[in-house]
Amino acid sequence: MVRAIVERIGSQTLRGVGELGYAVALLGESLYWTALGKRRKQAVRLAAVFHEAAVIGVQATPIVAVLAFAVGVMLAIQGIATLRPFGAESKVVLGVAMAVTREFAPLIVGILVAGRSGSAITARIGTMHESQELDALRVIGISPVRYLAAPVLLGMLIAVPTLTVLGDLMGILGGAVLSSLQLDMSMHAYLERTLAALTPDDIRQGLIKSLVFAVIIAQVGVSNGFQVGSGAEGVGRSTTRSVVLSISAIVLADMVFTFFLNR
Amino acid sequence: MDATPSSQPIIEVENLTTYYGPRRILNGVNLSVQRGEIMVIMGGSGSGKSTLLRHLLGLNRPATGSIRLLGRDLASIGGLELHELRREIGVAFQGGALIRSMTVGENVRLPLREHARLDEATMGIMTRMKLEVVNLAGFEDLMPAELSGGMIKRAALARAVIMDPKLLFFDEPSAGLDPVVAAELDELILRLRDALGVTVVVVTHELESAFKIADRITVLDQGEILVAGTVDEVRACGNARVQNLLNRRPQEEVLDVDEYLHRLTGHGV
Repeated sequence: MVRAIVERIGSQTLRGVGELGYAVALLGESLYWTALGKRRKQAVRLAAVFHEAAVIGVQATPIVAVLAFAVGVMLAIQGIATLRPFGAESKVVLGVAMAVTREFAPLIVGILVAGRSGSAITARIGTMHESQELDALRVIGISPVRYLAAPVLLGMLIAVPTLTVLGDLMGILGGAVLSSLQLDMSMHAYLERTLAALTPDDIRQGLIKSLVFAVIIAQVGVSNGFQVGSGAEGVGRSTTRSVVLSISAIVLADMVFTFFLNR
Repeated sequence: MDATPSSQPIIEVENLTTYYGPRRILNGVNLSVQRGEIMVIMGGSGSGKSTLLRHLLGLNRPATGSIRLLGRDLASIGGLELHELRREIGVAFQGGALIRSMTVGENVRLPLREHARLDEATMGIMTRMKLEVVNLAGFEDLMPAELSGGMIKRAALARAVIMDPKLLFFDEPSAGLDPVVAAELDELILRLRDALGVTVVVVTHELESAFKIADRITVLDQGEILVAGTVDEVRACGNARVQNLLNRRPQEEVLDVDEYLHRLTGHGV
């Protein structure tokens, strides 16, 4: 009984480490093609990168705007409720500004993109694997990593931080709208105080995290796609797995980065 | 560029042995394909013919043995050299393997776009020329999902020959097609060989198609080559397994009672 449990933990750990290694190796290969592809006559196409960035970023714009706005409103409600006993409701400006830029905007964007695009990337590469399209690319002389994985990585690195900036703005706007309704504070005054309270470091923290999340979503999505099991069921399972794994990895990475960035 | 004198085989496989996990798939396979000939690799399912094809395409690495394509050893070849070698090789996969997010025309010109520096107009003309050859003129702007099975195979063939390769692989050309369309595809392969002077390797389990197009046939069974020779030589071959395959007789299995009991009780090998 105990032995079986230990064996299971052991084999799962081994599998996990193996997969992590695979994802990191893919990351290395994607960066390799990005840097040296041209010399190997296989440049990463800029058009493909921007196509990915558009699909990941532009199409997610409305939903990011709405969610970030909602989070800003909620943070302001909770902030005002928490600060009221101290008679410090007006300090909600600082709370919302820091919480949104450092934490919530990158996190919301990360989770949203993982759900929207991470799964789509896994499904796309997985079905291509199933129908031998990846083999077809290889025999034509096209590295699937260069052709499919590298554009996704670069597209993510463009789209996720950009969406995070949008999330920052919309979250703060949400806080401003709520505060202007509940507190004796104009929107203009709220925004001015926000600008005064924010430091470049707050924005930087959020953006660093968003870059990390971008890499996580891209690599988890791509590596699950390349390793897809057989059949339509395999693609479905990998897709679910990809989303769960990347959201978990994002939250854990968020914790680690928050700890180290605030030391 | 042409590193192979005409007498040298286009494909040389020596003593190729491969494993899938602990299971041996190919066992000491030797094969040579001469310039300009149509070689059919024939075998039932599980014979190892698909694995052999994957090795010939450089998609899998052999456990032991060597594979030389157009005079170059796949095991020792560098990445850039392999990239160059791929220009000389066309492959039509069983299910076509057209990229589903691209139109037929974009699929066919994909190798050109990657390997040659040509302007769009020239690539368009070359694409339409190859589509004419496979009787798909006018289907350039359709998506692969809008094509029938036979059309997909022909489009895949057009993509395979767009670079005018020296060597063409075709995996199961007639699988999943009705007899008439399959026969048309056989004709097309013969026509292409005559028009382009390309060496063709066809992997199939269809006897009729194999006998019609082959210059030589290699019969593969359980990972081993049973016979390799001209159509007549293969027909005349005395090997019982070859004759079983040619006459569509199921393999007679000799029953080992002990092993059978072992298998049933779950203690078997």
